Amino acid sequence: MNMKRRQFLSTAALATGTLAMPGYLRSAFAEGDAIKVGALYSQTGGLSVVEKMLASAVQMAASEINAAGGVMGRPIEVVTEDGASDPKTYAEKAQKLVIKDRVSTVFGCHTSASRKAVLPIFERRNAMLFYQTHYEGFECSPNVVYSGAVPNQQLGNYIPWIIEKLGKKKFFIVGSNYVYPREMAKVSKGLIEAGGAEWVADEYLELGHSEWAVMVNKIKESGADVVLSNVVGDSIISFYREFINQGLSHEDIPICATVTSEIEIAAMGPEYAAGSYTSFPYFMSLETEANKSFIERYRAFVGDPAATTYHSLEAAYFQVFLWKQAIEASQDTTAEAIREGVRGQTYAAPGGDVKVDEDNLHCWLTPRIGQWTADGQSQIVDEYPEPIKPLPYAAYGEAADNLFCTAQGLDSSKL
Amino acid sequence: MFDVLFIGLSLSSILLLVALGLAVTYGAMGIINMAHGEMVMLGAYVSVLANIWLGANLLVAIPIAFVVTALIGLVIERLVVRRLYGRLLDTLLATWGIAIILQQAIRLEFGLSFFGIHVKGLGSGLQNVPVPQALQGTVSILGQDLNAYRIFIVAMTLVLAVATWAVMYRTSLGMKVRAIIRNPGMAAACGIDVKRTNAITFALGSGLAGVAGVLMAGFKTVAPDMGATMVVDGFMVVVTGGVGSLFGTIAASGLLGEFNALVAMVSNDIIGRAAVFAVVICVILIKPAGLFTFKGR
Repeated sequence: MNMKRRQFLSTAALATGTLAMPGYLRSAFAEGDAIKVGALYSQTGGLSVVEKMLASAVQMAASEINAAGGVMGRPIEVVTEDGASDPKTYAEKAQKLVIKDRVSTVFGCHTSASRKAVLPIFERRNAMLFYQTHYEGFECSPNVVYSGAVPNQQLGNYIPWIIEKLGKKKFFIVGSNYVYPREMAKVSKGLIEAGGAEWVADEYLELGHSEWAVMVNKIKESGADVVLSNVVGDSIISFYREFINQGLSHEDIPICATVTSEIEIAAMGPEYAAGSYTSFPYFMSLETEANKSFIERYRAFVGDPAATTYHSLEAAYFQVFLWKQAIEASQDTTAEAIREGVRGQTYAAPGGDVKVDEDNLHCWLTPRIGQWTADGQSQIVDEYPEPIKPLPYAAYGEAADNLFCTAQGLDSSKL
Repeated sequence: MFDVLFIGLSLSSILLLVALGLAVTYGAMGIINMAHGEMVMLGAYVSVLANIWLGANLLVAIPIAFVVTALIGLVIERLVVRRLYGRLLDTLLATWGIAIILQQAIRLEFGLSFFGIHVKGLGSGLQNVPVPQALQGTVSILGQDLNAYRIFIVAMTLVLAVATWAVMYRTSLGMKVRAIIRNPGMAAACGIDVKRTNAITFALGSGLAGVAGVLMAGFKTVAPDMGATMVVDGFMVVVTGGVGSLFGTIAASGLLGEFNALVAMVSNDIIGRAAVFAVVICVILIKPAGLFTFKGR
């Protein structure tokens, strides 16, 4: 009841305001009636290096849509906020965007920590978050559209391929110590055992840790013939360097990573990663016209002729188009309209076709495996013929014929 | 076992690299120099820039970094630290401020990024320095394949430690510094130019940090905030070893590094690090002044 009265009051206030406006202003307002969206990424702090790129990708998509006539004839206005690499700041800024700026959609967040921090705000205030980073799954929110990969899209193809094609039997699993690597390890172990191989260790290092001497020594002594790395951030660079410098080689014991992207490869020096593998739905090296044009436009947009693109960047870009199509499908900009409109939307992204799943609002993506070469790019060594269904609860037994997360929400009895 | 000891030695030498400069500025001059980590960071950036703009490799960057960071240290001493001698907590706050300014200066490319000018090698991104071919891979010693770059760091640390010891105990500058540690007023009364000596000492400490930065750049990412965690390790070593004692600093870094490697080997790195802090706490509880102390007045 209270809510209704507030709504009535605000509508009344708006109506009076519109009436009081001079005629010329009113028509100008109607014409320039921009659709406001939020872009919530860290512009400062430790994560800003990566997140600024994601913010640029969103900006670029918005400017391309605006140049092509906007959404339902209305331009997009991107309100940028700085999450400052801090989950608490993320929550405050999300609140500001949703309550004060009254946006129904925010593109943003990068780490799982920041997503978890803003999630309650989006659910309580009923707004939509478009989240592009590959993450650990185990989430089923009707208020989030996930355009990045979930474990079954990164590991479901990867582990069997490592066992069968590379002929590896003993896995050394290593990761940074937080939820994403731990969940990835859980999914991996199931797949490793199902493939008839074994894992000899499951080790973790603090986030940001850069002293790898002991861990690499353990890898050496363990007798493992492949390393599965879920290490994130700066640590990746010191890890690969130490790996080579202790005399290990990717030919004998390849590092097979789930996070190492073009960005980290460039920062460590490509010679340290040459021969290792990463599983991602998108690689900068994809030889399609759509991707070449995307790289060219991105480089022009950020004014850096050597700028690098990678999986999350591509997802940050194409999610804006999915959002646009959702609004056009339901002819409305409310959160409900976007949620219902976005189900089943398809888009020809730079990395190939993507589709928003009708059930869990995650994206259908094409799993690919790339082997890094000495020039810092990858060579696609394995690729699915088409996108596969996202299963955010794959670690807990979710399968295409036994869904845990549906449009009705999470069926927690299955967990 | 030998490889674990070697890793411990390597961890020790990295601790000592950062702590050497601090042993001079904090130990000898009584300044809590929070900007010490940023001096390491600047040294690392000197090697990045020297590589990009001069084509100089890591070895050539060492003397350049020493000179550059020593000069920056001299400027900081002249402008800020000089006015704060004897005010321990104020030096902490002031140098912390300097640390933030230095970080942002690198991040904002000395402010040029506001005008759309970008300097290759600066900015908020990650940088990397190529390691000379000879220092990549492994070297076989006593039937063990050891990381060549780590051997190089151990050797360099040894050289720097001996050089620092020689400066402190075998030169007239060192004698003056030690006199000032004991009693600045009396040293001045004996005709020692305290201000000048302090300035040179601070520059020396900063220069050592710069060299540490170059060596770090070889196996860590170079980023504007890389110094922040190092300064903590540095203080940990100096305090454990005993403020003002160079030998204590060396012994403490050896102890903590080896202990870290051993614990990390039998359990994992996270527990290894926690165990190191536990040792530090125990040492400070039992010997509040550190492992090795001298009697001051």
